[in-house]
Amino acid sequence: MSRKTLIWLFLAPTLIGLGLFTFLPIVASVLLAFFRWDIITPPEFVGFDNFAEVVTDPTIRVSFLNTIGFVVVAVTLQLAVALALAVLVNAKLPNLIKSFFRSVLFFPLILSAASVSIIMSYLFNENFGVVNQLLNLVGVGNVPWLTSTHGAMVVVVLVYVWQNFGFSFLLFLGGLASIPNEVYEAGQVDGASSWQQFWKITLPLVSPTTLVASVMAIISALQIFDQPYVLTRGGPGDSTRTAVMVIYESAFKQLEFGKASAIGIILTIVIMLVTAVQFRLSRRYVFYG
Amino acid sequence: MKKIATYVILILAAFATLAPVVWTVFASLRPPTESLSTDGSVIPSSLDFTSYSAVFEKVDMWLLILNSVLVTALIAIGQMISAALGGYVFARFEFKGKNMIFALILATMMVPMQVTIVPVFMLIRGMNLADTLLALILPAIPTAFGTFLMRQYFLGLPKEIGEASEIDGASPWRTFSSIYAPLAMPGMAIVGILAFNFHWNEFFRPLILTISEHNFTLPLGLVSLQGNMGSGSVATVLAGVVISMIPAFLVFVFGQRTLREGLTAGSHR
Repeated sequence: MSRKTLIWLFLAPTLIGLGLFTFLPIVASVLLAFFRWDIITPPEFVGFDNFAEVVTDPTIRVSFLNTIGFVVVAVTLQLAVALALAVLVNAKLPNLIKSFFRSVLFFPLILSAASVSIIMSYLFNENFGVVNQLLNLVGVGNVPWLTSTHGAMVVVVLVYVWQNFGFSFLLFLGGLASIPNEVYEAGQVDGASSWQQFWKITLPLVSPTTLVASVMAIISALQIFDQPYVLTRGGPGDSTRTAVMVIYESAFKQLEFGKASAIGIILTIVIMLVTAVQFRLSRRYVFYG
Repeated sequence: MKKIATYVILILAAFATLAPVVWTVFASLRPPTESLSTDGSVIPSSLDFTSYSAVFEKVDMWLLILNSVLVTALIAIGQMISAALGGYVFARFEFKGKNMIFALILATMMVPMQVTIVPVFMLIRGMNLADTLLALILPAIPTAFGTFLMRQYFLGLPKEIGEASEIDGASPWRTFSSIYAPLAMPGMAIVGILAFNFHWNEFFRPLILTISEHNFTLPLGLVSLQGNMGSGSVATVLAGVVISMIPAFLVFVFGQRTLREGLTAGSHR
């Protein structure tokens, strides 16, 4: 086999596969977004109508707002918890204890979001859930977690963060490990407290990791689907309906494939914008030592 | 004092992380009548496997397990092979259009799967694969991230051994198959374990691409089991959840290092 044959033969699975199942679908999706099509009747060109519905259709608009709110709260919480725990695990602990906590804290990442959501739907059940039983012990009455609009979103955020903070935690551990010990020693000589060391040394020096971790956390949070689908199916009302859930429902419940594509494209553009904005901001805030 | 605070916080965090999983295991081992017990006891008074036999009666668990194993294994093997082949070419050869092709492959990582799912669904229908396991397997085999990872891996292997083997008259295929492919096994393990972790747990694609219950994978089967049952059989559903966690748990115990490397590999770009 010649070099040239080998090159193209080796690339064939990836190129044909990505061409067929990624590139072609992207192009199709962009075209489809300008049509109204239910598979049964022929597609009808509607210009930007599908995009306009994102603003005019109350359900879609609410879902986008929910998604944005969810991303802001969940990602902030996820990064804060992850960084705090990474700093603590990175402190001078015996190696065995360090690796124990590292393993335990990233454990939820290996579970399926669907299974986790099933478990949590029982734990947060209003009448027999463990969470309310514990709250009863301290004198709080049963909270309607999954059946009230605010409660449901709180549970979605908690369940998502519980399962995903481990990923940011691993990234932060990697970032913290690369900060040389001498910097802290110098800080100690100058009499900096742990608190000051965190704000003046750790936070600036870990900022490249913070950037990567936040981009990755935002991108995956924007695509949230499994948790609200299993926990609440988007309810009560539309209170936990998310952008991806509306893509799913428009396409596979209402057979509005053009509308689903338009929402998908808007979501993609949002993801690309977020990435671009964050890398611009990073020039000002990230310290590359 | 500071040390004590560190330990207290870490132990609380570890507790919050493990408690829901431990509760699940315990609840699945209670007698079904006690699964909703409100007496506050956490540890079951006696081990009872009724819920485990019940879940096999309520749904075809064996079929769900078989489907999940087949789908996950074939995707993992397919990804390992296609990523190794593609990554090798990008790491070791120069050819026209190489950089552009590589950039295009990387660009596909920016597009979320939910955006392409509608055309993929139609394509699968057009290929007469709707509602089959192949509908889940085929589109998941090409992997941009895996190809990128394997390229990095091959770049890390010394060029000289390949050059020496070619001077000795080995064909490009032989150089790959008997020298580089065996050396790249640790890299392929990362690709395989990441594929396992993602596809064993995935819910969105099976929800859309399969229709009949006999094509469901575990996560979808369990969610539909939960939906079909009233609140009375919590323990049965939880028994199913525990069964579905066992393989993931084994990978966590035996492949944790590889998994951690893979998960964080994307951030070192």
